[in-house]
Amino acid sequence: MYIYDELDRTLVAERVSEFRGQVARRLSGELTEEEFKPLRLMNGVYLQLHAYMLRIAIPYGTLSSAQLRMLAHVARSYDRGYGHFTTRQNIQFHWIKLKDLPDVMADLARAGLHGMQTSGNCVRNITTDQWAGVAPGEIEDPRISSEILRQHSTQHPEFSFLPRKFKIALTASAHDRAAVRVHDIGLHMHRNGAGEVGFEVIVGGGLGRTPFIGKTIKHFLPKRDLLSYVEAILRVYNQFGRRDNIYKARMKILVHELGAEAFAKEVEAEWQSIKDGALALDSALIAEIAARFRYPDYEQLEDSPQQLAQARAADARFSQWVDNSVANHKVPGYAIVTLSLKPEGGTPGDATAEQMDAIADLADRYSFGEIRVGHEQNLVLPHVAQRDLAALWRALDAVGVATPNVGLVSDIISCPGLDYCSLANTRSIPVAQELTRRFRDLDLAHELGRLHINISGCINACGHHHVGHIGLLGVEKNGEEFFQVTIGGRADEQARLGALIGPAVPYAEVADVVEDIVAAYLELRARPDEIFLETVERVGVEPFKERVYAAR
Amino acid sequence: MTSPLEKKLKIVGPVLITANRLNDGAVIYRTADGRWTTDFDRAAVVTTAPAASELLEAAVADDLGAVGAYVAPVKLENDGRARPGNLRERIRLKGPTIVLPAPAGLPVTAGL
Amino acid sequence: MRLVKSGHVIDDRYVRVLDDAPIPDDVPVLVPAARFLADVADIARREAPTGVLWPNNRKVAELAPHLDALALVALVFPSFRDGRAYSQARLLRENYGFRGELRATGDVLRDQFIFLVRAGFDAFEVKKDADVAAFAGEIARHTVFYQPTGDGRLAAARARHGRPGPAEAAVAKGEPVR
Repeated sequence: MYIYDELDRTLVAERVSEFRGQVARRLSGELTEEEFKPLRLMNGVYLQLHAYMLRIAIPYGTLSSAQLRMLAHVARSYDRGYGHFTTRQNIQFHWIKLKDLPDVMADLARAGLHGMQTSGNCVRNITTDQWAGVAPGEIEDPRISSEILRQHSTQHPEFSFLPRKFKIALTASAHDRAAVRVHDIGLHMHRNGAGEVGFEVIVGGGLGRTPFIGKTIKHFLPKRDLLSYVEAILRVYNQFGRRDNIYKARMKILVHELGAEAFAKEVEAEWQSIKDGALALDSALIAEIAARFRYPDYEQLEDSPQQLAQARAADARFSQWVDNSVANHKVPGYAIVTLSLKPEGGTPGDATAEQMDAIADLADRYSFGEIRVGHEQNLVLPHVAQRDLAALWRALDAVGVATPNVGLVSDIISCPGLDYCSLANTRSIPVAQELTRRFRDLDLAHELGRLHINISGCINACGHHHVGHIGLLGVEKNGEEFFQVTIGGRADEQARLGALIGPAVPYAEVADVVEDIVAAYLELRARPDEIFLETVERVGVEPFKERVYAAR
Repeated sequence: MTSPLEKKLKIVGPVLITANRLNDGAVIYRTADGRWTTDFDRAAVVTTAPAASELLEAAVADDLGAVGAYVAPVKLENDGRARPGNLRERIRLKGPTIVLPAPAGLPVTAGL
Repeated sequence: MRLVKSGHVIDDRYVRVLDDAPIPDDVPVLVPAARFLADVADIARREAPTGVLWPNNRKVAELAPHLDALALVALVFPSFRDGRAYSQARLLRENYGFRGELRATGDVLRDQFIFLVRAGFDAFEVKKDADVAAFAGEIARHTVFYQPTGDGRLAAARARHGRPGPAEAAVAKGEPVR
């Protein structure tokens, strides 16, 4: 993981000091709310239904155990004892007081954490694959390029007042776990014919009110040109993105209205005039950043050690968990472990301070002190020796983060919804909780196979419902909560938006509808190993629509 | 963008003015004597657009007392008492409708 | 509104000329964009300094051929949230090499001073008197910057290496930064 140096720490400290001054000027009345709001948003401070919400950046989803302990401390000391991991690899606290914020931020800064640019019309958290650096077959660790972009976009004087928010994601694996095609800029690392590593540049993706899958405007951008090309894109967007209508201000609208080709031409023209200037990345600069990433001192271990096989044979529950939550690691003898934050009846993505502390200790003991946050709202321990899996599992089970439902029907992705959020039309968490109860049977969940349910409480789509295998979108009809249901969406390298299956259904029926969709899948699938998404792709929406709406 | 104060308010039933307290974000209600309270029962309930506009204007001008003031619907029960007029206002008053993860040792409470 | 330049409040010498009014000969004038472009040949012959007030929804490339005739370019922030003039400023300084006074007008507030300075502005029509006194302090409180701009401040990546990059070197030589 990236080690902050004196310069990084100073920048955060200066920002904390500045924000302390801004809060004081707001509380004294020197700043109006209108003047203060963009400033607090740029520090990740939202006003929600019950309180202020603080969103803390977890750059490209990587946390040290010390940082996780600091998050537990914030939860305990300033909030109500828990936090919520988000679909952009950040964490949110829902009960923060404005007057406490300067102290919260000073505490966070001690651990190298902050809320800078987790909101506002600026470049947001750079996200990537939660398996970065350890996934087999990865081209290279995308977090190095992510860190280069993070620094470049932090407090960028030209791009702090964009038309709207701006989101960038990177991946370096053939299978995209970072949803790069539904971001303002998606960067897919790959090799060209000469074996050099570079980026496919995809622009204008995004969910929300007008969802779009991004368009490729450059198939191979050399690493040297990463910053200058991104700068050119931002400069075009800053100048020509719409400012007259908040719902048409995202870059996806500009790309759509100009057309990808015309947009690419604008970018190219700007880029040509800056590509050989100050932003050209020489290999020394890249190496300098790369050198500040610490990698574990892995032992020389064998795959599938005896202890693991014995433990699996002795305990069926452990074996089931290994099959579900443990993935192959690029280093022999190691494993990538996913911690499910989706227990039956729980709030997707929430963790208590006690859980965070326990996971931090387990990270120290079993994962070289490192944790990852995934956009599916689960955590990852990325460097676990296979021989330690049994001991780790017992500890995770005791903490309540070992439900073997990763990637399955009850591994639901959900925004906080109307229980917390002032933008929401409907609640989402109780729907997720009910669905985890309906699908509590792990044998059934396993039988159903990979199935992503995404729930958003409003059109802003923080639950990423557009790209869910099953997507639920909360809408209001006559003061009542209803849900639009879509199926067949996907967020990966073959990203696609889901299709509506019929009229919106009332809150009281939505869990039944999901059960009916699942029943239809079991009936329609060609083989047990044809997953839900494949069945939808093969038979289309109609057969599902018929079965779901027949009795309604 | 039209300021909410310039748009003509349309009232279809009893309403109150609500906002969040500046220093901690707590839910507050505008009272008849021009102050803020966390006690829903002490909120000023009005039934005409002019009365609501006047209350709202004063509330919005109080930039230090409250943030994001707006007009919220109210239900009047048979006994004459006011209740929050929609789900959002019920949640703002009572808290989330779900059981919050409890800090160790503290009792667990649910919203509605 | 007070005009701040080089850290001090100064009197604004420039007379704002309304669209149709005759342009006085021997005083500095600030002319709206359309008027400037329509009369640019005449205006270039003036002895007294000329400034143009350039809107934020018009490409500065249109202005670029005439920069030699200008002592002042005033850019506009209709709202402090509208950040288009930051890009215009950097293009004028770093792409087109403008060396005259680059002035921020409109909704110019204290919390944006550091961004404005880094983008290349050197004069500020500051909206609130209270913000004027804070100007120097706001600039001084920021010492670490991640990205190079035309202002010559050392970007962190270069500072770590202890060597200036192309941006700093160009500024040191008085050349356009690109």
